[in-house]
Amino acid sequence: MIYLDHNATTPLAPTALEAMLPYLRERYGNPSSPYRFGNEARGAVERARSRIAECIGCKPVEIIFCASGTEADNLALRGVAHALEARGRHIVTTAIEHPAVLHTCKALEREGFRLTYLPVSDDGAVEPGALAASLCPDTIMVSAMHANNETGVLQPIEEIAAIARRRGVLLHTDAVQSVGKVPFRVDDLGADLIAFSGHKLYGPKGIGVLYARRGTQLTSVITGGGHELGLRAGTENVAAIIGLAEAVCLAFEEQEAQAVRLGALRDRFERRVCAAIRRIKINGEGTPRVPSTSSLSVQGVDGESIVLGLDVRGICVSTGSACSTGEDEPSHVLRAMGRPAQEARGAIRLSLGKETREADMDTTVQVLTETVERLRSISSDRG
Amino acid sequence: MNHEAIDRTESSEEITGPVLYYNEAVIDHFMNPRHVGELSEAETDGFGVVGDPACGDQMKLWIAVQDGRIAKIAFKSFGCPGAIATSSMLTALAAGETIDTARGITDDDVIEALGGIPERKRHCSLLGVRALHAAIDEWEQRNRREMAP
Repeated sequence: MIYLDHNATTPLAPTALEAMLPYLRERYGNPSSPYRFGNEARGAVERARSRIAECIGCKPVEIIFCASGTEADNLALRGVAHALEARGRHIVTTAIEHPAVLHTCKALEREGFRLTYLPVSDDGAVEPGALAASLCPDTIMVSAMHANNETGVLQPIEEIAAIARRRGVLLHTDAVQSVGKVPFRVDDLGADLIAFSGHKLYGPKGIGVLYARRGTQLTSVITGGGHELGLRAGTENVAAIIGLAEAVCLAFEEQEAQAVRLGALRDRFERRVCAAIRRIKINGEGTPRVPSTSSLSVQGVDGESIVLGLDVRGICVSTGSACSTGEDEPSHVLRAMGRPAQEARGAIRLSLGKETREADMDTTVQVLTETVERLRSISSDRG
Repeated sequence: MNHEAIDRTESSEEITGPVLYYNEAVIDHFMNPRHVGELSEAETDGFGVVGDPACGDQMKLWIAVQDGRIAKIAFKSFGCPGAIATSSMLTALAAGETIDTARGITDDDVIEALGGIPERKRHCSLLGVRALHAAIDEWEQRNRREMAP
């Protein structure tokens, strides 16, 4: 199997697994328990928190463990919205957000919040000017993703943060697809809230982080015992937290080398695919992207047919976006980039990872070329 | 708070979501579709083209009729795996059959012959059936014109 869907999930790093195992076996104590056995677990959780804080350049107290990136996004959006609703009920986000943000914004709209969805240019990036123009006196928060999950395009978060800060508006960024892939320090980014996930960076599933800058007003979404400074109730997923810390440290250690290696593999792959297949477009080309993502629009064929065709040959890729609504809507990201429905329809996403080798990408060029040729020979769309 | 309520009693037994599982027969018809291609203008007795604007699928289907039976059938499809596989199965069911039998083939027949397809792909199977009906309609119209005095 050639696995090229690392934006969906990644294999667990062996060192992360090793670090987790004792906490799944004998060190099962509850970090909130009042005896030494519980204290050991507490110590491990807090050491993990400190290690992650050091990697991303924040204070340990600014890290809130959640069950997923999605939950972290929910806590940021709902938490700020409810904490600040007396001040204003306007929130700005972008048209290309992950459903974790987009659907949470829709839910807030149903609660009476006013949402603005910023457009993107045809290269897939938000224009900071559009953000400045969208801010109102009652705007309480901006939520803009760091790297887009479908195209890998990096959004100008630093500029967005500067605008938001000048106007006294909080900035949340969904960094699920960028942490570990690009240089990452919270102060460089300038966001007040940052969500990311364990399993996208070779950590375990079921663990996410919300970074919330000290002083950020937040209301909890999940209530119960006072875990995570009262912001996220529920007994800590100790093993996953330990595994996450291990994975984050490793990802930051290897980030630069992997970025160079995967960027070269990705660019070589794209050059070869464009030479081998006609009527194909690289989405987000020429714009800063995370080095491991390649989004292709193949004309005259359906993306899902390409995915199944490659799957049968042992290659895992995904369509523009996993359609979770049960409707075959073409990618909202590519549509927002102004791509015609046909191009959005024929979109596939390949995301490379640590175990991806040059030979895997060469095989993929070959199999993709054959698959597209076959599907085009069946296709009623001439061109 | 005003959350969208999900009525659990109404929810399907099947866990729906992004997961798409196709059985072996569907994958076989997707990888090796039967009767793919076009008939020449001289061969063609009926032609149908249908599109589903909701999902963008498009289907073209040609038939040649001899002695009231479908002697030749061919299709081309710009579609998802479900559209390709169901179109292929439809042509397999219709080939060699009488016009009446062919017209009687339903989307359920196609799905049954494939041993089922994912729920949200059921609508794909209508595409081929509608294209076949359109082709048969055209054949009948041509016939009527030829029979007319």
